[in-house]
Amino acid sequence: MGRAVTAAAGRFKTGDRVKVKFEDRPGHLRTPWYIRGKSGWIERVYGDFLNPELLAFGKDGLPKKTLYLVAFDYSEVFGKSQGPKDKVLVDIYDHWLDALA
Amino acid sequence: MARGHHDVGGLPGAGAIEVTEHPLSDWEILADAVNQALGARGIKRTDEMRRAREEMDSAAYRDMTYYERWIASIEAILIEKNILSKAEIDQKLAAFESKWGEP
Amino acid sequence: MSDDHGQDHPKHELSYYAKRIYAMRDLLVEKGVITEKDIQCQIEYQEARTPANGAHLVAKAWVDPAFKARFIADAKAACAEIGIDATALNEFVVLENTPQVRHMVVCTLCSCYPRPILGRPPDWYKSFNYRQRSVSDPRGVMREFGLELADDVEVRVHDSTADIRYIVMPLRPAGTEGWSEADLAKLVTRDSMIGVMDALPMLPD
Repeated sequence: MGRAVTAAAGRFKTGDRVKVKFEDRPGHLRTPWYIRGKSGWIERVYGDFLNPELLAFGKDGLPKKTLYLVAFDYSEVFGKSQGPKDKVLVDIYDHWLDALA
Repeated sequence: MARGHHDVGGLPGAGAIEVTEHPLSDWEILADAVNQALGARGIKRTDEMRRAREEMDSAAYRDMTYYERWIASIEAILIEKNILSKAEIDQKLAAFESKWGEP
Repeated sequence: MSDDHGQDHPKHELSYYAKRIYAMRDLLVEKGVITEKDIQCQIEYQEARTPANGAHLVAKAWVDPAFKARFIADAKAACAEIGIDATALNEFVVLENTPQVRHMVVCTLCSCYPRPILGRPPDWYKSFNYRQRSVSDPRGVMREFGLELADDVEVRVHDSTADIRYIVMPLRPAGTEGWSEADLAKLVTRDSMIGVMDALPMLPD
């Protein structure tokens, strides 16, 4: 649902199953700790954006990175939920994601 | 490395959501406007400001109010970019103190 | 050196950081980095942005299915259509609530919020408690705001970690058939567009 904001050069399309990398490195990282290492799926492809990890240090943010809306079952992230259909959705960049079979 | 002090999603121990709001003080409105004006002039990016807050002392991050954190990060970025120096900010502050004084 | 709006404090009582922003403002203006007019324009820009903008968009979407479709497909363009300036947003996405689905928005990492549409976020949205709990206990947060949902309703919590800004389109309350857009807009609270509660069920007093 929804159009891509800009052209997307990333690896994934809507519906692809993905796993968030568990990286822990210095710098300005916009992938929250609670979602690292978790598995979900691509809900939407938002298109390519300047990389905030570089912008944060005064660099030009190139090359752009594809941004996705990634959905996760609540139970995958935080365990049992009162609502079995509940989801957590996070905007995550291409380089933080690995493909899942 | 470890989880940044700003990276609080899902951390346990959070209490009830306090919904009372405080009307903004002059200085908070000014902090907001200076931040936006610097952005509009291309002096700094929001990403740099976020990074500055992530680099703050962790205890200060939790203790300071929202706009205090903004002011601290504005100062950090302006100094980092050599637009202002800590010395001249301190000097200007000292001049204020002597002008405002105590009643 | 003019003072701006908001609550006045005797200057010598200001906290360390409060004094510091006055010092920085003076220096920045003296050096020509920004101007007094820049600051004044930003203050006025911010004051013009309130939840009424969002309420107007939602109410119009409720009464006009074609506008609703345009709003969902391209929220920035829909804003421009009705004279709301959303140009400062990189991108703006509408999350439509249904009887089976409720959305809630947070920025756990800082306080990202659709400011150019809705104005400043409430203090609670920026609080550690909300940032910590919204992703792990959304139903608990909603409960505090008076919203209790059945187990089989799907709660979707969006963490705004990038340049996408989200607004929740709450469900149109029952029994509002034939209402004017203006009256419908009064039911659309700021908190319902963040998603912690539904729209009001009746007109506020």
